[in-house]
Amino acid sequence: MNLSTVEIWTVIAGLAIGTFLIRFSFLGIVGNRPLPAWLLRLLRYTPVAVLPGLVAPLVLWPAATGGVPDAARLLAALATLGIGLAVRNTLFAIIGGAATLYTMLWLLG
Amino acid sequence: MPRSNPKSLVWLGARDGAPFMLVIVPFALLFGVVATEAGLNIAEVMGMSVLVIAGAAQFAALQQMVGDAPVLMVLATALAVNLRMAMYSASLTPYLGAAPLWKRAFASYLMVDQSYMLSIAKYETEPAMTLSERLRYYFGTMMLIGPMWYVASFVGAVVGKAIPPEFALDFAVPITFLAMIAPMLRTLAHVAAAATSVVVALVLAGLPYGAGLLVAAALAMAVGAGVEVAMQRART
Repeated sequence: MNLSTVEIWTVIAGLAIGTFLIRFSFLGIVGNRPLPAWLLRLLRYTPVAVLPGLVAPLVLWPAATGGVPDAARLLAALATLGIGLAVRNTLFAIIGGAATLYTMLWLLG
Repeated sequence: MPRSNPKSLVWLGARDGAPFMLVIVPFALLFGVVATEAGLNIAEVMGMSVLVIAGAAQFAALQQMVGDAPVLMVLATALAVNLRMAMYSASLTPYLGAAPLWKRAFASYLMVDQSYMLSIAKYETEPAMTLSERLRYYFGTMMLIGPMWYVASFVGAVVGKAIPPEFALDFAVPITFLAMIAPMLRTLAHVAAAATSVVVALVLAGLPYGAGLLVAAALAMAVGAGVEVAMQRART
């Protein structure tokens, strides 16, 4: 990471203030007015719109292997997704994904 | 529910929140470890965990920082992850909106997935709750989760440096995110949004400063909302 200490604290402060304002938006400022349906609809998809795009390049081109696709990491990602879809439980998916990663790294390593 | 003893609602909230420690503690530990690996010192790790308390956004910011994205791009990405909380804020307002400003501000600071989901479920099943009862329950849900988030972040930051590269911690972030995303893929609209996000982010991965991710996120939100509308039309 090449960010300076000042830049890091700018990120922390900006994230803290921005996140608080998002949380405070209706409860503190807008109050008890109904949100337009189209806005609610967009907000509903924010996590599934941001996180998959963030994770996809990390899975396909991991920095730890110099950006070369890695079988152990790909399989671990698939296992995590599969377990998460099957049991709908984040913790189990993390455990299953980590177990797959270590098993595959050991087998292929 | 014993109305004579409102304190019990704090404990009820704490008890309902307790199982989530199984998620919160490993997640915060991981954040501390990964953030330390990325080069943040303990003060910076704790500054983030205490001031922000939003795991997914903290990881997203970290990821963008490791990719040397400019400050504004880091903030845009991480705040986009948190936009869902505007929805939480709006949906809590009918229940907590009459509280004094400082209590609403404190409730906002503590607004996370767990406190929101537990409280809204409680308020809907028990419409007779008074405002003070609702607040007690809400703060109760965070009584264990909040402090544990700080403590586990700290422990992770302290032990992080001692973990050797053989543990492939680089992949902790992808696994954690995938594990969070998978249970969210409840409807075709969610799946379509996630797929759009992946495809566009990969195609635009060459754009500088993580700009591709923001485009991908905006398109994915539109696709999710569009598919939802289409599905509703198809049903009626």
